[in-house]
Amino acid sequence: MNAPAYNFAYLDEQTKRMIRRAILKAIAIPGYQVPFASREMPMPYGWGTGGVQVTAAILGLDDVLKVIDQGSDDTTNAISIRKFFAKTAGVATTTSTHDATVIQTRHRIPEAELNANQVLVYQVPIPEPLRFLEPRETETRRMHALAEYGLMHVKLYEDIARFGHIATAYAYPVKVNARYVMDPSPTPKFDNPKMDNCAALQLFGAGREKRIYAIPPYTQVVSLDFEDHPFEPYRFNAPCALCGAENSYLDEIVTDDKGGRMFVCSDTDYCEGRQAAGHHGSLSAAPYKEKAGSHG
Amino acid sequence: MTTIAELPPGFADKVLSAQSTFRSVMDAMARPGSVQRIVPMAGAPAAMMRGAAAIALTLFDHDTPLWLDARMAESAELVKWLKFHTGAPVVQDTSIASFALISDGAALPPLERFALGTNEYPDRSTTLILQVDRLDSGRSFELRGPGIDGVATLQGSIKPFDLFERLRFNEALFPRGIDLVLVADDAVVAIPRTTRVASKGS
Amino acid sequence: MYVAVKGGERAIENAHRLLAHARRGDQSVPELTLDQISEQLGLAVDRVMSEGSLYDRELASLAIKQARGDLIEAIFLVRAFRATLPRFGASEPVDTGAMRVQRRVSSTFKDIPGGQILGPTFDYTHRLLDPSLAEGFVPEVPATAEASTAATPRVTDILGRDGLIESSPEAEDGASVGDLTREPLNFPADRDLRLQNLARGDEGFLLAMGYSTQRGYGRNHPFAGEIRFGEVEVEFFAEDVGFAVPLGSIELTECQMVNQFKGSATEAPCFTRGYGLAFGQSERKTMSMALVDRALRARELGEETLAPAQDEEFVMSHSDNVQATGFVEHLKLPHYVDFQSELGLLRKLRKEFAEANTPDAMKEAAE
Repeated sequence: MNAPAYNFAYLDEQTKRMIRRAILKAIAIPGYQVPFASREMPMPYGWGTGGVQVTAAILGLDDVLKVIDQGSDDTTNAISIRKFFAKTAGVATTTSTHDATVIQTRHRIPEAELNANQVLVYQVPIPEPLRFLEPRETETRRMHALAEYGLMHVKLYEDIARFGHIATAYAYPVKVNARYVMDPSPTPKFDNPKMDNCAALQLFGAGREKRIYAIPPYTQVVSLDFEDHPFEPYRFNAPCALCGAENSYLDEIVTDDKGGRMFVCSDTDYCEGRQAAGHHGSLSAAPYKEKAGSHG
Repeated sequence: MTTIAELPPGFADKVLSAQSTFRSVMDAMARPGSVQRIVPMAGAPAAMMRGAAAIALTLFDHDTPLWLDARMAESAELVKWLKFHTGAPVVQDTSIASFALISDGAALPPLERFALGTNEYPDRSTTLILQVDRLDSGRSFELRGPGIDGVATLQGSIKPFDLFERLRFNEALFPRGIDLVLVADDAVVAIPRTTRVASKGS
Repeated sequence: MYVAVKGGERAIENAHRLLAHARRGDQSVPELTLDQISEQLGLAVDRVMSEGSLYDRELASLAIKQARGDLIEAIFLVRAFRATLPRFGASEPVDTGAMRVQRRVSSTFKDIPGGQILGPTFDYTHRLLDPSLAEGFVPEVPATAEASTAATPRVTDILGRDGLIESSPEAEDGASVGDLTREPLNFPADRDLRLQNLARGDEGFLLAMGYSTQRGYGRNHPFAGEIRFGEVEVEFFAEDVGFAVPLGSIELTECQMVNQFKGSATEAPCFTRGYGLAFGQSERKTMSMALVDRALRARELGEETLAPAQDEEFVMSHSDNVQATGFVEHLKLPHYVDFQSELGLLRKLRKEFAEANTPDAMKEAAE
């Protein structure tokens, strides 16, 4: 039988070259989605194959890799991807945002400020911000070519007319370097401001849709909005029940079936770091009870 | 005639050297004006700098049409080395080249002759790899744009002298344009199409 | 006191152990061998090879075993393995006209040179469950005859001789054939890429799409010109030796549909073609593929494109079951972060709605 033998970081060198060339063009054209010949990976499409291919193409022996899903290093998919690289590339892994040189993420940007020695790799399901307004690739490609983003503004405006607000809570579209409208992946809009003028390089990989895009460091990233309806990040108005943080994005934990809830940091490394530094939340207090008008 | 056995070698460790070289080029592209070092050394044919040789081994293959300037193209050893180690097809037509290797900056063809991409596919453009004299001293330039925290300063001895004036056409062309990689021995600096370069003091 | 959920790593390991156990089933029942799968579930192996784009019966059998008979999962395993293989080049085009035919039927002519050959087929079996197969079944010796030396030219070639059907496009010399596993797909896509996409496409999806054209969503009046199944030689042109070297033979099914004729003031009317090709014996797949191929030629043939099967962006973007299953199943993954953001927005909107609709507000509004 043709017993499989795999290369460092799984991908063969020819595939890595192809992805590396796409990454360079992506950096040179911030926010533009570079088509690439995404490979079939040993994990399902939609489960991070784009991010995994980008990570595999950049990862070296000196790197320290962190993988998060929903902000946590301990979610099953994050564990699975981290193990994949530990096994195929033998790289050091960490849960510490600070110690990592490459961070692969699904749906969150870490709370700690990233530095210039780091690369943040996003897993992206649908890279095209205009896709839900126009399903045809041929059409959306034309719109990007002409920087014709009226459709997006109409959509946001219709939200305001119907709901009084822009009704997009995650994957909130941004404009990169005043040119391309870009999908930030399904991160909560709370994270959008972190993309702007970030010291780290941000790379985005969409495996099934075969696109790679990038935000170079120190690049302007603006969340789309209107003067009279400015962009507002959303965060549940409570301190983290574990570390007391007032400025972190929170997971809602259902504690019983009688309206009991508690709110804790979604970024587990951030939360644990704060707890280790002596910060405390209201752990011992009774879990938060939902009542009218108390949510933010 | 050079036989394959007599050609300068490629990377000793193809996988890890390509990775390390790529990271230097990626960092250069992400941080325009910053000088990155290429550590892993491959052998290089006479007309080629070590950094340029490493970049070629890292990024070129059968799928990347390559244009060589006259000085490079006339070296049979260099052409054979590239073909043997990368397989990249050498083309005469600048407008279909994925990469262009230039050792003689003074004879750089007009930039608009290279592939500039289209508005639909701006990535289908030539990446220019230009060998220059120095990237540690010489004239000073101020760089602004994505990847740069405010202003970056680049010092270099670069030919052609009007390179950055010529490159200014990127501004009007965007998102089309030319991305440039400068190499001086093992030092690499990238100037992607978004970077605005001005002579310091001018 | 609340403790954040940990221990995902052990959960994964335990789940995989449990999976291995479930896969094996009752251990007093003998384990399946790859030979048994390859020999006795041959059509499943053919499908996995076709949609997995890898002609290797043994690996396909292994994949089916590993996937517990879930063919899409098996296709996925084969694809992931295939993606790591080095490429040496493309074979010479295979000549299906020279196929060693095991089965060959045409619905357009009663008799054809080389004859109609029914071969191993479910056609005309009565679909009655056969209890004798449950155990210890020994099949009768198949009927045999002297191998025919008669050529079996393709029916479409016979039609083509009289110009009754459009000619098959000749490949340009030296033109490379597209490969969507090596280059990103762009639209509009040429027919080589469309056919590759369909050959890898999900049989069920193609079946439904092909069926829809028969029911009027992009009807193209198909006749099954010919369906043939058998062995063909594969050759590879080796540059070092300067000639084509035989690599071996593979089993293929080919379907050529004869469709709706075209014609104009300047062009004599003739039938058009739809083409299907797959590894092994894959008749449903190749017939569906031929119907969809013809439907996707609407643009090229100047037909209106109104139906789903004629829409290449729609068909090609949704035909791949490995892509489709991944994205559908990814909804199992945690989405609490984005859900939380959505929840926050919804609560806010509901609160504002409630405030706007309290009696006070209604009174104010009325004033």
